[in-house]
Amino acid sequence: MAALAFGEGSPAAVLVRNRVLLVLCLAAAVVAFGLAFVSVAANRLTTGVGVALHGLASDGARWLGLPASVLLWAVFAPATRRRHAIVAITGSLLLAGLAWLAGREALAQSASLPSLARVSFGGGCWILMLLAWLAAADALQRLGLALGWRSLAHTALWLPLLGLLLSGGLDALSLLKEYDNRQDVFNAAGVRHLQIVGATLLPALLIGVPLGVAAARHALFGRNLFAVLNVIQTVPSIALFALLIAPLASLASALPGWGIQGIGLLPAVIALTLYALLPIVHGTASGLAQVPAAAVEAALGMGMTRRQLFWQVEAPLALPVLLSGLRVTTVQVIGLAVVAALIGAGGFGALVFQGLASSALDLVLLGVLPVVALAVVVDAGLALVAAALQGRAR
Amino acid sequence: MIELREVSKAYGGILAIDGLSLAIGRGELVALIGASGSGKSTLLKMINRLVEHDRGMVLFQGEQVRSFRPEDLRRRMGYAIQSIGLFPHWNVARNIATVPMLLGWTAARIAARVDELLALLGLDPAVYRERYPQQLSGGQQQRVGVARALAADPEVLLMDEPFGALDPVNRLALQQELARIHRASGKTIVLVTHDIDEALRLATRVVLLHHGRIVQDGTPMQLLAEPANDGVSDFIGRGDLGLRLLGQHTVAERVRIGEAADGEAIAATLSLREALSVFVARHTDRLPVIDGVGRALGAIHFADLLRNNG
Repeated sequence: MAALAFGEGSPAAVLVRNRVLLVLCLAAAVVAFGLAFVSVAANRLTTGVGVALHGLASDGARWLGLPASVLLWAVFAPATRRRHAIVAITGSLLLAGLAWLAGREALAQSASLPSLARVSFGGGCWILMLLAWLAAADALQRLGLALGWRSLAHTALWLPLLGLLLSGGLDALSLLKEYDNRQDVFNAAGVRHLQIVGATLLPALLIGVPLGVAAARHALFGRNLFAVLNVIQTVPSIALFALLIAPLASLASALPGWGIQGIGLLPAVIALTLYALLPIVHGTASGLAQVPAAAVEAALGMGMTRRQLFWQVEAPLALPVLLSGLRVTTVQVIGLAVVAALIGAGGFGALVFQGLASSALDLVLLGVLPVVALAVVVDAGLALVAAALQGRAR
Repeated sequence: MIELREVSKAYGGILAIDGLSLAIGRGELVALIGASGSGKSTLLKMINRLVEHDRGMVLFQGEQVRSFRPEDLRRRMGYAIQSIGLFPHWNVARNIATVPMLLGWTAARIAARVDELLALLGLDPAVYRERYPQQLSGGQQQRVGVARALAADPEVLLMDEPFGALDPVNRLALQQELARIHRASGKTIVLVTHDIDEALRLATRVVLLHHGRIVQDGTPMQLLAEPANDGVSDFIGRGDLGLRLLGQHTVAERVRIGEAADGEAIAATLSLREALSVFVARHTDRLPVIDGVGRALGAIHFADLLRNNG
């Protein structure tokens, strides 16, 4: 009633057709004029001096007026699929455009600055990119696409930025200079990170799926199993890594020549596997639990053996739920694998902790950003597979 | 075809089936009827070993059901249930093909059988073959369920309240399909139901169960005309007894051949119960009767409904 009395009657409420976008635009205006767009530092370790959007040495900031006016138009335009598409594309281009602007500024500054000086994204730039992404993601949500297309579209939002990155448009920025200096380390870290994730998921699936099946079959076993897995899940990852060092080290001295070590890849993979079990076991068990009882009765009544029932009826019907459990697990493992660097497992986490130790923020980012990107891509990929499976059953 | 001798089954110390004996012959359509908890579903499931009996003997084709592997036994018996249980990840054709696939039929033979069954159950194969269960109405799903139960041409068809969840129109239509299939194929059918009208309409023999024992076993007419005790009368429903008796006879049995009457004709295959409805609705005491191909047969008088009942 209060909303009616205030909202419907006032002319502004009639005109504003997208309140979310309005809030994002207002926030963007405040950030654009209030926070530093880039930060200029004497070298890679010192704290930089902020430069606001209107104080940039390079021109190009005025180009932001174009997407800004498109988004402002969209606040007041009728909610059509065309509007949502325009907002999504504009948001995606703006995301890349902001990065391009920072890269251009870095290039312009580097001419006048000493060679050790670094230009990085400022707080304002980060927030503006976040707001642009939010506007685009919100518009995609409003488009109401089917699951598979939605995850494809969400991935596509990043393509302009990716293109810019690959074309070298950001090379003058501190983050990319950091990459340039450590390209070999970065690539090796990437390979190692994927190894950790792969070496975790494989045993987690091989152990977790049979455990999930057993949990679905025997309620008491299931309750006890979930109690144990829940406890494991509550142990902080660093503690779990540390707890594994002692037993593995003694195992290593008992079995010399087996390549077992108290630190490094093995304890990391064991700990991560333990974490990954809960979502996989849970996904398997609840996937089997939601198979219609009538389908099971009919299958048995028509003469399927237990094995035929499982492979022909239960497994295919449980698969979508298992797959969503696997999605959660994979994203979780990609993130947790960062911490595994603490016990010498390597991966992108090694860059993060090296950066933290030397307070080089851009090095930290160089470790974090690919982890985020990897998680997003894998999540979208598995969502696509799940959507394809669902589509087949429709 | 199926025989139970002194069979008992207990759940947690309570007897669900209590020393029950029953012989079902080839071609019979036996309705097992009773209130919930009477043991009728348990009895049905003991035949295909979804429930194992504790004592006594269950025989199929003269051999103990325990001497078969459960899968082999069940593949020789069609099975249809109230909740249908179509496989949601398979299309209609694959659902119907379940048992033929288990038996290893060739693809061509299966495809031909699927189309034959869809047509038999009144579903256009070209339209429905590729559909998924969730794209079908409840009535269509149960048609597919019955087709699936019939797929491998089983010797016996076991049905557990197959039409219980359907709306009255679909239920009646499927009951007629089942009656037609039974007449045409001569299959032995065991049907569990709690619907007395369904039992009277379809069955050649009605077995009324109470607390795991047989209370009465006979033709629908016997059940109506000579109820074994007050409990049976109550179950049949005293108020509707007359109507149900009329439902057991057709107009053809009472028609006065050659006599003429005015008004729109009724079919000789109509039950007397339906004829009564027409008499009352038209406010008349005479109706012309036609045969199956529309030729005038004669007439029926209102008083004929009461002639030599039973």
